[in-house]
Amino acid sequence: MMNSFPVDIIRKDFPILNKKVNNNKLVYFDNAATTQKPNIVIDSLSNYYRNYNSNIHRGVHTLAEKATQEFEETRSFVKDFINAKSENEIIFTRGATEGINLISSSYCRGFLKKGDEIIISEMEHHSNIVPWQMISKEMGLKLKTISITKSGEIDLNNLKSLLNNKTKFLSIVFISNTLGTINPIKKIIKICRNYDIKCLIDGAQASAHTIVDVQELDCDFYVFSAHKMYGPTGVGVVYGKENILEKMPPYMGGGEMIKDVSFKETSFNKLPYKFEAGTPNIGDVIGFKESINYINNIGRDIIEDYENTLRDYTKNKLQKVDGLNIVGTANNKIGIFSFTIDKVHYFDLGLLLDAKGIAIRTGHHCTQPLMEKYHLDGTARLSLALYNTKDEVDYFIESLNKIISK
Amino acid sequence: MNTESIQNEIVDDFSVLDNDFEMTLNYLMEIGEQLEAYNEENRLDENLIKGCQSKVWLSYKIKDNKFFFTGDSNTAITKGLLSLLIKVFSGQSADDILNTKLFFINDTGLCRFIGTQRSNGLEAMENKFKIIALSNKNG
Repeated sequence: MMNSFPVDIIRKDFPILNKKVNNNKLVYFDNAATTQKPNIVIDSLSNYYRNYNSNIHRGVHTLAEKATQEFEETRSFVKDFINAKSENEIIFTRGATEGINLISSSYCRGFLKKGDEIIISEMEHHSNIVPWQMISKEMGLKLKTISITKSGEIDLNNLKSLLNNKTKFLSIVFISNTLGTINPIKKIIKICRNYDIKCLIDGAQASAHTIVDVQELDCDFYVFSAHKMYGPTGVGVVYGKENILEKMPPYMGGGEMIKDVSFKETSFNKLPYKFEAGTPNIGDVIGFKESINYINNIGRDIIEDYENTLRDYTKNKLQKVDGLNIVGTANNKIGIFSFTIDKVHYFDLGLLLDAKGIAIRTGHHCTQPLMEKYHLDGTARLSLALYNTKDEVDYFIESLNKIISK
Repeated sequence: MNTESIQNEIVDDFSVLDNDFEMTLNYLMEIGEQLEAYNEENRLDENLIKGCQSKVWLSYKIKDNKFFFTGDSNTAITKGLLSLLIKVFSGQSADDILNTKLFFINDTGLCRFIGTQRSNGLEAMENKFKIIALSNKNG
């Protein structure tokens, strides 16, 4: 599979990959933070601002009509991308973080009461911890966390032991941004179906790397960001089952989300506009369509196969590096590798690799409770994407060995 | 030597590296390695500088109204930076420390390597030297 994957052609689509950084060819291994953008996304942004920039939905003129059409077409692309039932289930936000805040704030205020319980896991990103802490404090809800095993997998027995009739919501990450673990989401949701529990899946790391089918998963909510799947920054998606979104109160007030406004009373717009107050990030939403197009044109199964081969290659090489410890060794994981090195602090490592043109992430990766679990204050993290190559991994390993042996 | 002359010397030392990122980092780490071994008894939370991403300890003694600093860090590059700050501020009076404007970070080009997030850490380190000087000024 690896031989047939046209990685050389794909790399040409990403102009930034030709950049030199500190006199070395850029090797970009920080894809879990954000991915690079192909020409069709970059060109689409430029095309929008050059040729049809206009506010959407309310204008009658030609530009407004064109912008509205393109914007709404993205919604339709997103719907198909995650196999939602209807465009009404797709809400645009600024990112996955805003999506979680929207759901925690609106759903909890609409349906939960003091003493109700919410469940998250120990491997959550801060964006799937803090919103729940905030609403729990405000409403007197109880926040519980599912333990993870040493290898970085959800302890399903622990999950079962946390559930009771007071449990009303579970919010869990699909793929861990620090460990790379792919959680058994379908199984977890099935367990929750024994109770009246709504389930939110944080799909920020999943969308570029694996096929997502919200109907098959049977999740109630799913959030993700465009910029982690080769799209523009500042665009996220909330998927929610229509019958649930329908009943939820609006999150923000303003233009677009209303039907009629008077000083006595305001009635709200229908879905999905009820949750899209104000002028949205039109140009970037339109650019997002092109990133979905880009992924679809290559084929998600083909991307997944290639990335899995590269993941195995990287893992094999990392395991041979003297004094390197991989944090997160789940069987089912994507090409995200957190690691520490006995002799070199991750902070030094990040800078020394940067001097060689290699971009990795260092620190706690916005998962401080997880770091605490592993008794670490941070790690170095390498994360792969579809344009990375075996040669880049070899160069990385060679550079790493040079740094360690100094 | 006053703090200005010491800083000028540091700038001269770094100028031969011609802003090469890798050579500068390696030189910085070498400087850090030359720092006097830190007394383990001083490795206390109260000597940690708050606001740095890496762990940085700083202690001092005063002799004839002059301050003498020792320190350590768990990261090699920060230790190099700390070592340079110690070089600038050690042997100076409280007033000299407080009146010193640090220019060597910019003039060596080290600012480029410190980055925007980490410059807060540098500021925290500089502040710690000055707070020590200020709190002992009349003591």
